[in-house]
Amino acid sequence: MLKDITLGQFFPGKTVIHRLDPRTKLLLLIVYIVALFLAKSYLSYALVLVFLVSVTLLGRIPFKAMTRGLKPMLIFILFTAVLNLFYTKGGTLLVDWWIFHIYSEGVKTAFFMVLRIMLLICGTFLLTYTTSPIALTDALERLLSPLKKLRVPVHELAMMMSIALRFIPTLIEETDKIISAQKARGADFETGSLVRRAKALIPILVPLFVSAFRRADELATAMECRCYHGGEGRTRLKVLRFASIDLIAFLLGVALLAGVIVLRHFGL
Amino acid sequence: MDPTKPILQVKDLTHVYSAGTPFEHVAIEQINLSIFPGELIGVIGHTGSGKSTLIQHLNGLLKPSSGQVLFKGENIWKDKKFTHAIRGRVGLVFQYPEYQLFEESCRKDIAFGPRNQGVSGDELEARVRRAAGFVGLEESLLDKSPFDLSGGQKRRVAIAGVIAMEPDVLILDEPTAGLDAAGRDSILENIRAYQRAQNAAVIMVSHSMEEVAELCSRLIVMNKGRVAMDGVPAEIFTHADELTEMGLSVPQVTTVFRLLREKGLALPADVYTVRYALARLLERKEGRPC
Repeated sequence: MLKDITLGQFFPGKTVIHRLDPRTKLLLLIVYIVALFLAKSYLSYALVLVFLVSVTLLGRIPFKAMTRGLKPMLIFILFTAVLNLFYTKGGTLLVDWWIFHIYSEGVKTAFFMVLRIMLLICGTFLLTYTTSPIALTDALERLLSPLKKLRVPVHELAMMMSIALRFIPTLIEETDKIISAQKARGADFETGSLVRRAKALIPILVPLFVSAFRRADELATAMECRCYHGGEGRTRLKVLRFASIDLIAFLLGVALLAGVIVLRHFGL
Repeated sequence: MDPTKPILQVKDLTHVYSAGTPFEHVAIEQINLSIFPGELIGVIGHTGSGKSTLIQHLNGLLKPSSGQVLFKGENIWKDKKFTHAIRGRVGLVFQYPEYQLFEESCRKDIAFGPRNQGVSGDELEARVRRAAGFVGLEESLLDKSPFDLSGGQKRRVAIAGVIAMEPDVLILDEPTAGLDAAGRDSILENIRAYQRAQNAAVIMVSHSMEEVAELCSRLIVMNKGRVAMDGVPAEIFTHADELTEMGLSVPQVTTVFRLLREKGLALPADVYTVRYALARLLERKEGRPC
């Protein structure tokens, strides 16, 4: 039941995409998103799509995993599509019935909006599918490290993030156990009014919070026992290094962005 | 309750986790069991042998992939209301049950189960008192927050929470895990007291051979998702080699006696509790034949 939440879960692998420096991938994602938001025409969207598909193929990520990731967003995507379809005016009037007016511009905007959201989600999934959470937080810490000069606790934030990610499966398992235990005592989570159902969550949430705090306490003690004292002077097991493939990936990303900008400039 | 009629029956029970996915895993298959009122059954088995999956079927927390679980002859999945009612008739205490406590006072927490079964008023209060009595909780502790109690006391409150539903079958998954010797003995004694008072069937999952040998009248040995052995402890523990193969053991005192017999001492082979061993040794000392 709850264990089925595997959204954006890392697919271990050894492909070129997996081997890229996580910092490169993070920056590439930003470049990709900027390109996506600058895209205005069919041609530029096609360019972004080609980029996404080739990265997916290179990373050997099954297309099924991508579509599965889109499923929870379906309502949001539909909602956006409907809003854009009815509220964009311009172009020729296609449908004129009662209070519904659909213009050709509306169809186009709706189509582009849906495409944009889907490409955006798939792009982010590509990052989390091919990068382990640990590598990702590592990359984040390194990329944000200039902020340390401004006294932003970058290391601490990254550590908190990796701990949070690490404990998601543990807490899911714990929740499953508590739900079973309360069901065994006759708790009913499925029937009754909304208020009753919300109240029925108390027997789950209280033990869950209690155990989360207990775990946090134990983890803090265990870390202190191993002399953890924050990020200062701390060396790394895996040192991140840019390699030649990172440079190539960068150039490809920049090429994509440049392509989209050029197309936009010429109004294509 | 008619002691000759089984209170719970398991027929050809099979459970497959994540069926139809690459993670498909058969947890238990083709289990057949009958459980009678007043029985005190120990379930033993290696980690992953399917014990936990089996007990979660007995009160309808898991739905069988195939096969049936019958309570007094009726399929527990026949309708939704019945399945819900079964949870009160077949009480299940999970491992480390103290982590499920949530109410502001022990009294309220113990009352949670029976209240869900529709018990209220004086009867509810009486149930809470009786349940607290069975697990040896003092009256004064009932109004305290369960989070202020010691580990052993918390466990008692949690067990009382299930006992308060006054189930006909009480199932406990390693009720003594992580307790010290005194706490363990007293909880086992509480369980036995409940079983006697209600003539309930008690099923206890345990890793300690000493514990089940001491307490249980019947043992069920699980191995690789199947029932490998089912019988009285004296019988089961004569199969020491097979048990070892399954990653289990026999009580230490049984091993000691076997080694002594191999050294040529004329000692009985059916020794599996320290108390019985002592009696036999004393008999021997007094010159009577074993």
